[in-house]
Amino acid sequence: MKVHPRKVLAPLAGLLIVGLGWEWLVWYNQWPTYVMAAPSDVGPRFLDFYELFAIYSWQTLWRTVAGLLIAIVVGTFFGMLMGLSRILNDALYPLLVGFNAIPKATVVPIMALLFVGQHDFNTIMIAFMISFFPISVSVAIGLSTLEPEYRDILRSLGASRFTIFWKIALPKTLPEFFGALKVAVTLAFIGTNLMEIVEPHGRGLGHLFQSGRINSDYPLMFAVLIALALLGIALYYVVVLLERIFAGWAVRRPT
Amino acid sequence: MTNLIEIKNVTHAYQTDEGPLPVLDGLELAVPENGFCAVVGPSGCGKSTLTRLIAGLMFPDTGEVWLHGERVTSPRKTVGMAFQNPVLLEWRTIMDNITLPLEIVAPRMTRRARRERAEELLALVGLDGFGDKRPSELSGGMRQRASLCRSIVHKPEVLILDEPFGALDAFTREDLWQTMHQLRSEESFTTVLITHDLRESVYLGDQVVVLSGRPARTQYVMQIEDPAPRPIDMLYSAASVEKLATLRHQIQIAQGRAPAEEAAQ
Repeated sequence: MKVHPRKVLAPLAGLLIVGLGWEWLVWYNQWPTYVMAAPSDVGPRFLDFYELFAIYSWQTLWRTVAGLLIAIVVGTFFGMLMGLSRILNDALYPLLVGFNAIPKATVVPIMALLFVGQHDFNTIMIAFMISFFPISVSVAIGLSTLEPEYRDILRSLGASRFTIFWKIALPKTLPEFFGALKVAVTLAFIGTNLMEIVEPHGRGLGHLFQSGRINSDYPLMFAVLIALALLGIALYYVVVLLERIFAGWAVRRPT
Repeated sequence: MTNLIEIKNVTHAYQTDEGPLPVLDGLELAVPENGFCAVVGPSGCGKSTLTRLIAGLMFPDTGEVWLHGERVTSPRKTVGMAFQNPVLLEWRTIMDNITLPLEIVAPRMTRRARRERAEELLALVGLDGFGDKRPSELSGGMRQRASLCRSIVHKPEVLILDEPFGALDAFTREDLWQTMHQLRSEESFTTVLITHDLRESVYLGDQVVVLSGRPARTQYVMQIEDPAPRPIDMLYSAASVEKLATLRHQIQIAQGRAPAEEAAQ
């Protein structure tokens, strides 16, 4: 695959400009690190704690991915129920909206008490809860907006409901599904870190963030935020890659 | 000669919140084997319901639908359908779109045999070499050609066309009418065409059936004797113009814009 230089240079230039602007802002205002750390303060923290960053990033990453995978399975399941049955749609929709409206920060202490000490499990569950809603909604909409002609063409040949779902409904829903997955990725990171920050015994980058706070190591806190951003970008582009592979037909080729 | 499609005194109503809404009332239709029946009628008169009854996707409240001497009680593999919207699957190539019915109807058929069958049809409709393209790369007329190929790839006994040329521009439409004649001369199927275009019905049909306004019953049947395939000039002959005038008058009666007594003359 050929990558146009612009695709690499433009984001790098953007990064450089924002980084320099940030450095300048801190320098110009003469802010101490406890007000805001500059990139030149944050950078060395990665070197000081590179081992911790590696271990905790991995923890945060796998928990987020595990939560996302559960969200995909459960979200797709609910989406299928709602997309294929009007009654279930009417029954489940208010429930899902209500569940989604509960701020997950309030669920975190409940989970922490409910499953005391189960750090991995708790973290994964919060990541799952916060991210499955967009997947459900998009799958439901994708399935329920299938034009009846598509169904008729196969049904008139005696195809089963499963065949119609497998050959038409499922692939047709994939673009919406991946759109939702991109939203879900960032939401899942928020979920993971909520849990890790509130329950810092559980380790992960959230724990490192809390350590920075407790030790008044402000540049470390900023370094954790940047590490999270990097993980988020990486996972987002994994989803983009999967989308290219499985739903590439929906991406308009430049003409 | 026996009729391949026979619809006897069919009545059907949809259940709505305001009570039953009758759409078909005493509908009669008979199409001989390899015949081509064009059905015209005012908008919303139940023409699409008719196609779903023939395809076995729906069943009438009263009356009977017979295909090839058998009463229709479930969907049959011997039916092909094409709609105004070509509904091609965007994630499949044109080739894989056309072979889709074979995947359902003839799962044992080899991939190669399926491709050969599809190539044959693509050549017939003037799309040879387009098999590997995606639907999004084709024009509206080409997509509709591909949709026609898909509807007959499994050699159905009955072809149901629900306004397949309705959304095309006038010139493309005439091209597709000729393609339709070509398909008929190479393949064998019995067709029911739903259309709003009287010229289309006269050019393609062996039989033109005018349905009354809702609830629809068979109001008028016209036989078109000209042998198929027909040249497009046929539409401009005096005989055709007269037929068109008669049909137009019948449509006006169906719409309630002309008194029905005149029809009985």
